[in-house]
Amino acid sequence: MKQTDVANPEYFHKVVDCQYACPAHTPVPAYIRLIAQKRYTDAYLINWESNVFPGVLGRTCDRPCEPACRRGRVEEEPVAICRLKRVAADHKDDVAKHLPKAGPPNGKKIALVGAGPASLTVARDLAPLGYELHIYDAQAKGGGFMRSQIPSFRLPETVLDEEIGYVLDMGVTTFFDTYVDSMAALLNKGYDAIFVGSGAPRGRDLPKLPGRKEADANIHIGINWLANVAFEHTKEIGKRVIVLGGGNTAMDCCRTSRRLGGEDVKVIVRSPFADMKASPWEKEDALHEGIPILDNHVPREFVVEKGKLVGMTFDKVAAVYHDDGRRELVSTGADPEFVPCDDVLIAIGQENAFPWIEKDTGIRFTGWGTPIINDDETFQSTRKEVFFGGDSAFGPSNIITAVAHGHKAAVSIDLYCQGKDPAVRPPPYVNLVSQKMGIHEWSYDSIPTVDEREIVPLEDLKKALNDRKVEVELGFDLDAAFVEAERCLNCDAQTVFTDVNCIECDACSDICPTNCITFIANAPEEELRQNILVPAENMEQDLYVSGTLPTGRVMVKDEDVCLHCGLCAERCPTAAWDMQMFFYNVTKATPNLVDVR
Amino acid sequence: MSYAKPNFRHPRLPKNALGYTVSDYDGAISTLCAGCGHDSISAAIRNACFLSSIQPHRIAKLSGIGCSSKTPTYFLGKSHGFNSVHGRMPSVATGASVANRDLTYIGISGDGDTASIGMGQFVHLIRRNVNMTYIVANNGCYGLTKGQDSATADLGSLSKYGAANQFEGIDLASLALLQGASFVGRSFSGDKEQLEPMIRAAIAHKGFAFIDVVSPCVTFANHVGSTKSYSATRTQLDAMPLDFVPMREEIRTQFDAGTSQAVTLHDGSVIHLHKARDDYRTDDRMAALASLQESKENAKFLTGLLYLDPNSQDLNQTLNLASRPLNDLGKVELCPGSRVLNSINEGLR
Repeated sequence: MKQTDVANPEYFHKVVDCQYACPAHTPVPAYIRLIAQKRYTDAYLINWESNVFPGVLGRTCDRPCEPACRRGRVEEEPVAICRLKRVAADHKDDVAKHLPKAGPPNGKKIALVGAGPASLTVARDLAPLGYELHIYDAQAKGGGFMRSQIPSFRLPETVLDEEIGYVLDMGVTTFFDTYVDSMAALLNKGYDAIFVGSGAPRGRDLPKLPGRKEADANIHIGINWLANVAFEHTKEIGKRVIVLGGGNTAMDCCRTSRRLGGEDVKVIVRSPFADMKASPWEKEDALHEGIPILDNHVPREFVVEKGKLVGMTFDKVAAVYHDDGRRELVSTGADPEFVPCDDVLIAIGQENAFPWIEKDTGIRFTGWGTPIINDDETFQSTRKEVFFGGDSAFGPSNIITAVAHGHKAAVSIDLYCQGKDPAVRPPPYVNLVSQKMGIHEWSYDSIPTVDEREIVPLEDLKKALNDRKVEVELGFDLDAAFVEAERCLNCDAQTVFTDVNCIECDACSDICPTNCITFIANAPEEELRQNILVPAENMEQDLYVSGTLPTGRVMVKDEDVCLHCGLCAERCPTAAWDMQMFFYNVTKATPNLVDVR
Repeated sequence: MSYAKPNFRHPRLPKNALGYTVSDYDGAISTLCAGCGHDSISAAIRNACFLSSIQPHRIAKLSGIGCSSKTPTYFLGKSHGFNSVHGRMPSVATGASVANRDLTYIGISGDGDTASIGMGQFVHLIRRNVNMTYIVANNGCYGLTKGQDSATADLGSLSKYGAANQFEGIDLASLALLQGASFVGRSFSGDKEQLEPMIRAAIAHKGFAFIDVVSPCVTFANHVGSTKSYSATRTQLDAMPLDFVPMREEIRTQFDAGTSQAVTLHDGSVIHLHKARDDYRTDDRMAALASLQESKENAKFLTGLLYLDPNSQDLNQTLNLASRPLNDLGKVELCPGSRVLNSINEGLR
């Protein structure tokens, strides 16, 4: 195997599993350490620089970081990263004075369509550079789906207002209650670039299901209904409610129904429970609120009596998994099941829709209705000054993905406005510093604690169900936050190996608690993976291979379950191993927005 | 500084025949200097006991005084241990061995503990052929008292302060051969591929098994001019590789004829010697002595299994002692009564 090139920052970036899995690549271990040090404001600022909405995401993120967390590979449960983020947001001091201001005007004017997370990120990244930013949204306030789709019992409005405020306060001009109905007209307004972050606003329907038209008065599209609740146009629902769908929108619909008068609320989904798209914790929360989830039920008919919806019938199915990974829902042959109800909420997905973009603008679309975009780095459309991001770019995803798109689109817009090629990307900000403090001492808590994942306290169920604005999760108290923060393995404290210093005494290999390090004859990767002390079966994790050592062998380290405990470096007599803190911040239009030491 | 290993282990650690992982044979974290050869020996002992599937509680670790003799704390944390007086581990080992012949005895000593203060006891241990494995972690200096030359330091080897040693060093392997040891090996702490199977073979051997292991003192004898540094040892190393196959396991590796010799131990396990010189025989004491002398003259450091008598008779057999451990014998066996006494007396008339 070739010697590992650790000068390429992507190698060590990948070792920080949580950060690598995060679409916006938030430096997770760095802010978790700050929480353990009670530096909540600094922890917040690191987050804010990276993901713009720490308070929102600390409550609502899809958490791609947590399944990736190394702790989940050496113990039962990953670190509660998302909830620690919320701790930073809840316990910070006033951060306004630490945030950047709009830069001196640079003469360029940018339009942003939609005031959701993608557009707000673009605005935040471009404002310090002096761009004049015009943000358009059909709603009365900014936030997009963060405001209209996420119920207040998961995300209090105050948190949302605060974090949207930080962006809009950077001199952004807002055009709220303004639906952009023509791209052609917008293009004629003399903007230097246009960013489209208008989301995937069309909720899927079941137009062909019998009874759909007749029962229309009591059938609602989930995302529209949630928006109506958020803006207080809808204040109640029938006592018996069926929610169709198995994603997070379905979970929000059913839980909101419970708070608007729904007593007998059921989620009914085609797929098996385990295959549902909703996050496991959101399913748990729904079950906790007394909402049964009926799986393997395919809608057959809306049953209408005397012009009014009285229920639905379903065919029962079973999932059959084929060898090629395909899943088929096969009828069990049982009689259709009737479920009585007063209202139905359809939450079976959403689609992109751009009725306002004219064909002659030169913006072309794929067969899926998404715009044709250069690649997932530039986000430039087939019309050079128009960029897309968030759900509007590749279809429905989540907030943190929208933020990641925003960072990249802002870089592209900045390059484009300077007449540079958006495809030539500036490098990320990277730092690597030794953590050696004494002969055998590191500047981080190197030996992992054995505490199990902390449980977050919840509001009393009765109280929560009485008022849709009462937040259900109460967040960690500071003691629990400390224990949870100390569970972090500090994967950004990298084990850096300098082969010319190695005397091959085996001390690192002998001490390593997880047997990661082997001194062995070099071989192709497949063989090396089998030959090392414990075979490296996790193919997603890299092998760190040194140059050839004096005995002709190489050092091979399997990154999979390294605890970053620093014992290899502590037991190394020649400092061939060193623990070095790796800091990685993605490429942004404004590279350094906050100052955290 | 870390005083304890983290509790987490690799989730896919292999298990031995007893269902244990190698971490079940771990001891406390070492307090020796980082990079000490002794820690590698500790790891080799740990790995050997794991691979040979020995119950940790059926092992007794014995030692004297010195850096080497501290190491039993750092391996086999679930085994018995006795840290004795300086140079007096052999008498404790002899007593333990006759009291309970069923345990596996592993003695750890150093060049000072064996070749200086303990020399008197050491040769008697060999002479009596006590059933144990005796490992000397040999670094040629007194590391615990800042690196003075020890009795095994080679003639002319430079101390850390620049003085050349004026005396001929004691070659413990030759001494053991001369004194009639039934198993004599020599190895290097940085060569686990050889050291691990050698320890396994030594443990399987019935009788006194002696292994002299060059184990560099990383603090006081790892400089240019020291003959027992990592680099000097590697430069001079002339290693005869070996493999150990316990009786229970089938032999999986195939060796080319002429490159391998097999020696069968009393319990049916087999030692394979690879790339052994055609004329090399592990049952020829004289030849082993000659080989050691020859390699020394050629400025080589010969390692491997030097001599083995697979049919040796250990102390318990020689003295015709009770076949069961003392702690197993009840009142009936220990005090068989006047009828047995009478019959003994009758036999003497």
